[in-house]
Amino acid sequence: MRTIDETINRKDSNESPCDPSGETALFFAGLDIGSTATKAAIIHGVSKEVVAVAERATGWAPKEAAREALEDALSKLDVPGALISRTVATGYGRKMAAADKQVTEISCHALGAKHLVPEAMTVLDIGGQDSKMIALDEQGNVRDFLMNDKCAAGTGRFISNMATALGIDLDEFGVFAAKGTPVPISSMCAVFAESEVIGLTASGASREDLAAGIVVSIAKRLTSLAGRISFTPTIAFTGGTARNAELAKCFSEAIGVELNTPVLAPFAGAIGAALIASR
Amino acid sequence: MSYTSIDKLTTRAEKNPLEVAQAKEKGTKVFGFYCLYSPVEIALAAGGIVVGLCGTRNDPIPAAERTLPRNLCPLIKSSFGFAVEDSCPYFKSADLIVADSTCDGKKKMFEQMAEIKPLHLMYLPHNQELDVTGPFWEGEVVRFKERVEQECGINITDEMLKEAIKLTNREAAALKGLMDLNQQNPAPISGMKMMEIVFKSGFFASKQESVECLEAIVDEVGKAPQEETKQGPRVIISGVPMGLGSHKVCQLIEEAGGVVVAFENCTGYKKTMQVDTEKAPITALAEKYLATPCSIMSPNPGRIDLLNTMIADFKADAIVDLTWQACHTYNVEAENIRKYVQDDKKMPYLHIETDYSDADTEQLRVRIEAFLEMIG
Ligand code: SF4
Ligand code: SF4
Repeated sequence: MRTIDETINRKDSNESPCDPSGETALFFAGLDIGSTATKAAIIHGVSKEVVAVAERATGWAPKEAAREALEDALSKLDVPGALISRTVATGYGRKMAAADKQVTEISCHALGAKHLVPEAMTVLDIGGQDSKMIALDEQGNVRDFLMNDKCAAGTGRFISNMATALGIDLDEFGVFAAKGTPVPISSMCAVFAESEVIGLTASGASREDLAAGIVVSIAKRLTSLAGRISFTPTIAFTGGTARNAELAKCFSEAIGVELNTPVLAPFAGAIGAALIASR
Repeated sequence: MSYTSIDKLTTRAEKNPLEVAQAKEKGTKVFGFYCLYSPVEIALAAGGIVVGLCGTRNDPIPAAERTLPRNLCPLIKSSFGFAVEDSCPYFKSADLIVADSTCDGKKKMFEQMAEIKPLHLMYLPHNQELDVTGPFWEGEVVRFKERVEQECGINITDEMLKEAIKLTNREAAALKGLMDLNQQNPAPISGMKMMEIVFKSGFFASKQESVECLEAIVDEVGKAPQEETKQGPRVIISGVPMGLGSHKVCQLIEEAGGVVVAFENCTGYKKTMQVDTEKAPITALAEKYLATPCSIMSPNPGRIDLLNTMIADFKADAIVDLTWQACHTYNVEAENIRKYVQDDKKMPYLHIETDYSDADTEQLRVRIEAFLEMIG
């Protein structure tokens, strides 16, 4: 698997990010200001290829995080005199960023995912505070979508809370889960599940088995969320969780459907925003 | 655009609590109604004042939750909260509360409300077609008439009923005229404004007067030339009743650039049904009210018929189906509505389950904005 930098680093390749006419190319930027992470993506105005991405923790200053992520992406772009013609912001903090337009993460994730996985008909996005399933049409337009409402069950936040309860970090979570045999976790409420997990640890369950159990319980939740939007293949798996290859694999197994996780999955929203900016 | 007739109704409505209280002092009986199934004509025929009591605000809910379960429809909790707090001037004025055995939550709440105020419960059958249900319901209408007669100390004749029906039919026609203004494109009255007008017209001491106000609005707005402004997707809100205080979803849709052209609910288009004047008044009343296409009926085919007509008449682009949290009937029925809208009508459909609080406003905003973006 190629890394993100290998995927988008145009410097080593023969293609120039400038358009064939040799004039200064135009670029478009997308900002995805999520509850946990803020992502920036820059695409080439003509080829629509992703030429740079960058990420920052959103922290308590989403506006700052957005500015820094964009500057960071620009510095990676390394094209003298590069111009960002338009910026579109998405994500829960979209209204706080200095951008030309704000678009919801549903539309942006859909477009971004379709760009990364052209054959995708469904997008599964597990974000920091909400999970969504989006059904696409052939053009990548949103046909229907579902979002978890009411609570954090089945979201990235839930997974990171559980990781904390197990005393492992988020990156290790997938590795642990892949090794374990799922222990049934009955509670989907972030607070109750935490006490359940602590109770199970006390009664001797291994962290591997618990991590595997948590993945299964989230998968069940997602399957019920899916209810009326069927898992029509190909499914593009996006959002922060998709970065974790082991975790993505566990999810794919637990849901029983193959998930296509592009390297740039966490940036799908920002890429979609950049694509809208380029229209 | 502002209209003098609309301003007149809304300012005029401010005097309502006082006027109701004054009329009551002079001996006029005040009847508080909760639901669209209750025949207001009977109270009007007896010379009573009818006020549509509401449960559309969030603030009385904590008081209600002292006795009612938290996991109950906000409309029921709000209605009850106003009663226990005695914070609604209309509830305060009411001599008799008229209630219907609609959904389980309401029905059981009324048992508790009956301890606060005299309350007459009408037993509503939950089927509109069976041979037994029509006569049963007509019997309930008669029983209600007898209660009103006893309350007011008079005999209600057919003639009196016919007069009252004439007035409510005029009201229904005025409301229909008002709501139908939005069949135009662009729609002249925003969803929020429409809701305010209809809501405020429900609390007048004199029905005659509120009807005149409504007719004036239909006349003025109907004649006014409409500016050719570009408007967003035309949305029909379907589902549970909503009013001032529980307008969150309507407001979010309009803030996101949609136009709420009509309401397929009890605070909207369902108020526009006519009573048949050819039939004996009690029979005609019973028939009209039983035909209300509410989700507490099983089955409830009337709602699909109504939606079908409204989608065509209002040239709707999308349906937003609203359910109050813990409203089982509308929540379960949402699946039928979704199938009908998405599969048969091939139209975008969004189901929202929420309550009166602001807790989910931002999440709802994302869903509604995304829904409107999807329509394009
Ligand atoms: S929705 Fe049903 S129960 Fe509620 S007011 Fe309307 S008719 Fe009555
Ligand atoms: S909204 Fe539903 S639960 Fe609430 S009072 Fe009406 S029918 Fe009952």
